[in-house]
Amino acid sequence: MSLHRFILKRLLSIIPILFGVSVITFGLVYLTPGDPVDQMVALNPHVSPSDEATLRAQYGLDRPAWEQYLLWMSNVLTGDFGQVYSSGRDVSSVVLQRLPETIVLGLFGWIFALVIAIPAGIYAAVNKDQLGDTVSRFLALSGISIPNFWLGLMLILIFSLILGLFPVLPPSREPLYHPRMLWYLLLPGVTIGTAAAASIMRVMRTSMAEELNKEYVTAARAKGLPERQIVLKHVLRNSLISVVTLAATLTASIVAGSVVVEVVFNWPGLGREFIMAINGREMNLIMAITLFTGFFVIIANLIADILYAVLDPRIRYE
Amino acid sequence: MSTQRGRIQISGFDAERVSDLEDEQYDEQPRETRSRWQRAFRRFLRNRSAVVGVVVVTVMVLLAVFARPIELMGTVVQPFALAPYDPTTHQNLFGTGASSYEPPSREHWMGTDGASRDLFSRVLYGGRYSISIGFIVVAVTASFGLVYGGISGYYGGWTDELMMRIVDTIFAFPALILALVIIATLGGGYWQLVLAFSLFGWAGYARLIRGEVLKIKENEYVMAAKALGSSDRRVIFRHVLPNSMPPLLVLASLNIGTVVIGVAALGFLGLGMGTGTAEWGTMLDDTRETLIQGPDGQIPWWATVFPGLAIFLFVMSMNMIGDGINDALDAQETGVARGGEGE
Repeated sequence: MSLHRFILKRLLSIIPILFGVSVITFGLVYLTPGDPVDQMVALNPHVSPSDEATLRAQYGLDRPAWEQYLLWMSNVLTGDFGQVYSSGRDVSSVVLQRLPETIVLGLFGWIFALVIAIPAGIYAAVNKDQLGDTVSRFLALSGISIPNFWLGLMLILIFSLILGLFPVLPPSREPLYHPRMLWYLLLPGVTIGTAAAASIMRVMRTSMAEELNKEYVTAARAKGLPERQIVLKHVLRNSLISVVTLAATLTASIVAGSVVVEVVFNWPGLGREFIMAINGREMNLIMAITLFTGFFVIIANLIADILYAVLDPRIRYE
Repeated sequence: MSTQRGRIQISGFDAERVSDLEDEQYDEQPRETRSRWQRAFRRFLRNRSAVVGVVVVTVMVLLAVFARPIELMGTVVQPFALAPYDPTTHQNLFGTGASSYEPPSREHWMGTDGASRDLFSRVLYGGRYSISIGFIVVAVTASFGLVYGGISGYYGGWTDELMMRIVDTIFAFPALILALVIIATLGGGYWQLVLAFSLFGWAGYARLIRGEVLKIKENEYVMAAKALGSSDRRVIFRHVLPNSMPPLLVLASLNIGTVVIGVAALGFLGLGMGTGTAEWGTMLDDTRETLIQGPDGQIPWWATVFPGLAIFLFVMSMNMIGDGINDALDAQETGVARGGEGE
């Protein structure tokens, strides 16, 4: 199979998944007791039962589930996610406003994870079963075991409150592109990236140790290549492929992590918005963010798969 | 004699010895298969960190169970109380007179929380929620995933295609996001949390088992069983499922930790058990505001450090057990123990 056909096939395969994602999102919210009209009525006591019925008819809430789903879907496809009940704002504009904050945070987490994990993984694999390896393995295990919200709280406690290095909860912060923001970004970014760093490090170590036992490494050594070159040029490239396989899973975990970490650090992104939506029972917003998350993870999976196929040509012929 | 020329002559080669060695290996074969789980178990016991994990998890479970007496329908089933105080008693009113946010002392080992309740008792007691939810969810999801993946992999074809598309769809959502949406629909509470993590949590097991079944199905013994006229049911339950157990066990042991973190995360977000419940995550949520702005300027670090430490300790131990099981079974899978780790 050529690379183009592989990509095309993979692109087509996400269509049923996208459909499934929208069904799950709609289904979960549809099963919620009470509908949007109940919400509006709760906010305004001066609504008569006949007004309620009219409102229900207007929003199509009196129709069967599949019709409501189609109605919702056709709106979503034109970019209309409905309104936030309490403020009357468009859901899509809220999402677009919060999105950059979350993307910046997630990207920072990713970069932090890669910068820490890849050198640590190389180091552990090269010094397998020595003290350094044992220590870094222990740290990696701690990294995947530590709850991110608690890690965030501990970082605040140590670096903000005891050492006073970082300001807590900026009352009036600069816009996202301001260089000072990097300082605010550091603690939440580290918190969100730690679990990913630990996972990558563990995978790097295993795959690299495996790779180092292969015959081409022996051949390269026999040829007299310096060990450094063998590790960094030949072995690293092959073991990075397994990190790419992990990338999609880790993106999903960073997305989930952003919800918790944004709440800990009061970071005004999509995750914090999601929690506020749940507390305020803003169903339109919950649906939009859930759908968006599913969509985002699917795309991340797609990119990881394509990247994998590009890096490792063997995979396409399977 | 052209054939002779290409031959490699080996000196010092004793054919007798080699065949002896081979015989020995063949002798060992049946013994090895019989004690497969035993061998894995012995390898597991030699793994120090895994054993530490088992000890810590056991101690934490026992502490949670024996923290306060358990009453079931009017009768006391468990009369012991290891926790020094009732986890819900406000000490300033009914207990030792300790005020809120009292630092750790000899009377209150981990200090008191914002409502002047004894933190040590609460941390011990708190294990009941997270740990039991973790075990229940894993039992439910692993069983369902086993059946689902088994059916999907065994029958293949369109059934498999459709069933796996459903799994793919679930994989598009991070588990925490789905749990949050479910809690948003149902509200918080113990069984709601169990449902929130079980409803979609089986997908990982289903995918794993399906892959295993596809692999096992190719084995000769499955074909032999079919040729001998075994029913589908018998083939699945006698041959396919028992052989797919090892990876399932690894995933399940690692999954308990994930669920415990998930439950605590929901508690921390204020969406788990009700406020004031002695659940680890909820305890962290209750004291979140005061971490930064404590009463009279001091920082009540103990109220944040200890409940979180309990979660961390449990999950870390659970992961050490999971890694240990993985190593013990992995060495067996390949038949060759790696790097002196096995036998």
